[in-house]
Amino acid sequence: MRQLLEDEPGKKTLLLGNEAIVRGALEGGVGHGATYPGTPSSEIGNTFEKIAKEYGMYFEYSANEKVALETTAAAAVSGVRAMAWMKHVGVNVAADALMTLMYSGVRAGMVLVAAGDPSLHSSQNEQDNRYYSKLGNIPMLEPSTPQEAKEMVRQGFDISEEIELPVLVRTTTRVNHARGAVTFGNIQEPAEKGHFEKDPARFVAVPQNSIKNHPKLLERMQIAEDISERSKYNKMISCNDEPELHVISSGAGFNYINELKERYDLPITILKLGMTNPFPSQKVSGFLEHAERILVVEELEPFLEDKIIELAKDVNPSVEIYGKHTDHFSRLYEYNPDVVKDALSKLIDIPEGKEAFYLPEIELPSRPPSLCPGCPHRATFYAMKKALGKKEAVYSTDIGCYTLGVQDPLNTADYLLCMGSSVGAAGGFSKNTDQQVFALLGDSTFFHSGIPALVSGVYNKHDFVYVIMDNRTTAMTGHQPHPGTGFTGMGEPTEMLSVESIAKGAGVKFVETVDPYDIERTIEVFKKAIEHEGISVVVPKHPCVLIEEGKIKGGKFQVDQEKCKQCHICTNQLGCIALVRDGDKVSINPTLCIGCTQCVQVCPFDAIVPEVKA
Amino acid sequence: MKCDLEIVGVGGQGILLASTVIGKAALKKGLDVYMSEVHGMAQRGGVVVTTVKMGDKVFSPLIGDGGADAILGFEPIETYRAINKASKDTWIVTNTAPIVPFTVNVGKQSYPDLEEVMENIEELSNKFIRIDAEELATKAGAAIAQNIVMCGALTATGALPLTREEMEGSIRENVPERFIDVNLEAFKLGFESAKEQM
Repeated sequence: MRQLLEDEPGKKTLLLGNEAIVRGALEGGVGHGATYPGTPSSEIGNTFEKIAKEYGMYFEYSANEKVALETTAAAAVSGVRAMAWMKHVGVNVAADALMTLMYSGVRAGMVLVAAGDPSLHSSQNEQDNRYYSKLGNIPMLEPSTPQEAKEMVRQGFDISEEIELPVLVRTTTRVNHARGAVTFGNIQEPAEKGHFEKDPARFVAVPQNSIKNHPKLLERMQIAEDISERSKYNKMISCNDEPELHVISSGAGFNYINELKERYDLPITILKLGMTNPFPSQKVSGFLEHAERILVVEELEPFLEDKIIELAKDVNPSVEIYGKHTDHFSRLYEYNPDVVKDALSKLIDIPEGKEAFYLPEIELPSRPPSLCPGCPHRATFYAMKKALGKKEAVYSTDIGCYTLGVQDPLNTADYLLCMGSSVGAAGGFSKNTDQQVFALLGDSTFFHSGIPALVSGVYNKHDFVYVIMDNRTTAMTGHQPHPGTGFTGMGEPTEMLSVESIAKGAGVKFVETVDPYDIERTIEVFKKAIEHEGISVVVPKHPCVLIEEGKIKGGKFQVDQEKCKQCHICTNQLGCIALVRDGDKVSINPTLCIGCTQCVQVCPFDAIVPEVKA
Repeated sequence: MKCDLEIVGVGGQGILLASTVIGKAALKKGLDVYMSEVHGMAQRGGVVVTTVKMGDKVFSPLIGDGGADAILGFEPIETYRAINKASKDTWIVTNTAPIVPFTVNVGKQSYPDLEEVMENIEELSNKFIRIDAEELATKAGAAIAQNIVMCGALTATGALPLTREEMEGSIRENVPERFIDVNLEAFKLGFESAKEQM
């Protein structure tokens, strides 16, 4: 990580896309960084966490993406270069601020990195965030590689300063989580403290001001269009022969078409677009004029394609355009070399690749991600269902490790939309059904967006059990600190906010904290919570087993086969992945067991005993 | 001087470190390197697929069907699942130690017959190497060093554009100091085990 601080221009090193983004920010002299963690953007924050202090900038984990964006905007209008980053759906949270920020703009350069996730590797949807650039009039850069991500972040600050608007750098998983050779440029000193020069007519978004600022935004975007037309990131890659096909491409999709062109020396000319909003219409028109057939290669929605079709009507109506509307490409999921090759092979001759192996079908078990051995959430889920008994319940879940309750045998996930949705939805279920309702979310998610819905629920007399599973960290995204941990993103001690106090402050009458590792007591607490009328808050509190505080000192356990009656309560109700079932026989995988005792507590026959080393 | 490598296995097996060791060795040698990794939710005991592409110039971080020069499988059924990336020219190096998914433990699905899995691959491929990485890593002094055992075996096949010494150098540079000796031993055992089968 420290190598990112080396001021050795020209040095080539292997960087994760997210590390390259950090390096780009350092080369751009960033003074302020803020985020809420979310895959595939999380490692940007993890990296800043380690180097911000030494570099001399300010970095924070904000409570949510909207706050992150707002702190960043304030830095940038005070003359400090600033960057906010988030996953694609995080921009939805920040969008309210973002749309109006475009009207007033910034003074020092501001970059917003929005990391998309085509194929939903770790996300609830695969929305194409490029449309935000149209919706908000945001200049946008689309890198294809880690090297480009570094350069575009660096240049994003310059563009932003020139036109006084934030710049959107839109990435995808195969950029953020690709690792490639990156060549360093010069590191700039971080921005020093700024000063906010007041200008209410510009920065106070009341109607009489915004009505004047909107046309200014359009003027600024006019300048941005000139930048886009001249941008080195919108470049032509020609071929040796007369091209048989013209291609326009952006983002990760470009990598595959470029690879095919190079590997097979294909007669295609590619216009690679790196600055895609404002759209470089003149440059693309020039390209269209000389083309007979165009293939558009871009992942997800036809963002470029629609614009190209529109332009072609004026410039070259006879050009044939292939892409999503001709079913050469799908609007779903990320692309790969095969997807692009299939589309291309319908238009030009491509040599066959090596014949791939196809093996006899064997039914292979699926391997979805699961809660870790010893995870306190598993004990919480078990106790909650025990307390419920035979009654039916709706589990309104949220974004975090506990979402894995969707798997067998836990089945504690019935409804989920987004960060914080568990609480609002739980209220809706409680008002409109007679089912018992649980809202399930973690500590970090509670601080992110669980509080307004709690306030609303108390006010509107909603009736459900609000389970705030406090594992002392933001676990799923890689254990970032949050307002309840007592530490900031800079590693400094700070106020440790209490989930319980906030709940009480919001007027909740039933607030109980319990250690879920004490399963019997947790069941009792849940029983009382279910009986309570109105919102009852249960805080199962136990540190994530992957962080230092959660490490278990005691020994592992094994199954005493003589005592085991093969009732399978442990595997079917608790479902720890260290419990291995072979036919009816249950044993414990000693590499996975961490000695949490959850299974020991649920076994009715005392058949799970401390491990005897052979 | 080129290798498109697909590494597959299960979250927690040290696949990221293995790919880093290989990728950095290649970069040091002056090759272009492009990798794709798995982070986030999928890591929680789920399938992990990492790509490491090395050569004079690499253009994308993913491999098409039949396009891998080598598959390094850290778990037998994950090797099987990735087999369509292989052709008859692909080195397939697999760990033989199974990791049973929880879907089997809860009684919903079953783990296939391991011999059948192995034999099916062997029938197609003349470049198939089986490694008991768990046993070899334990012998080297740490069960956790299975990832480096696998790196040793892969190096022995010659599929990588890297020498044994270059890989050993990268292990020294990329694993924590106190684990270097164990890992070098693990690398050696993996290397030798593969050589015996070639």
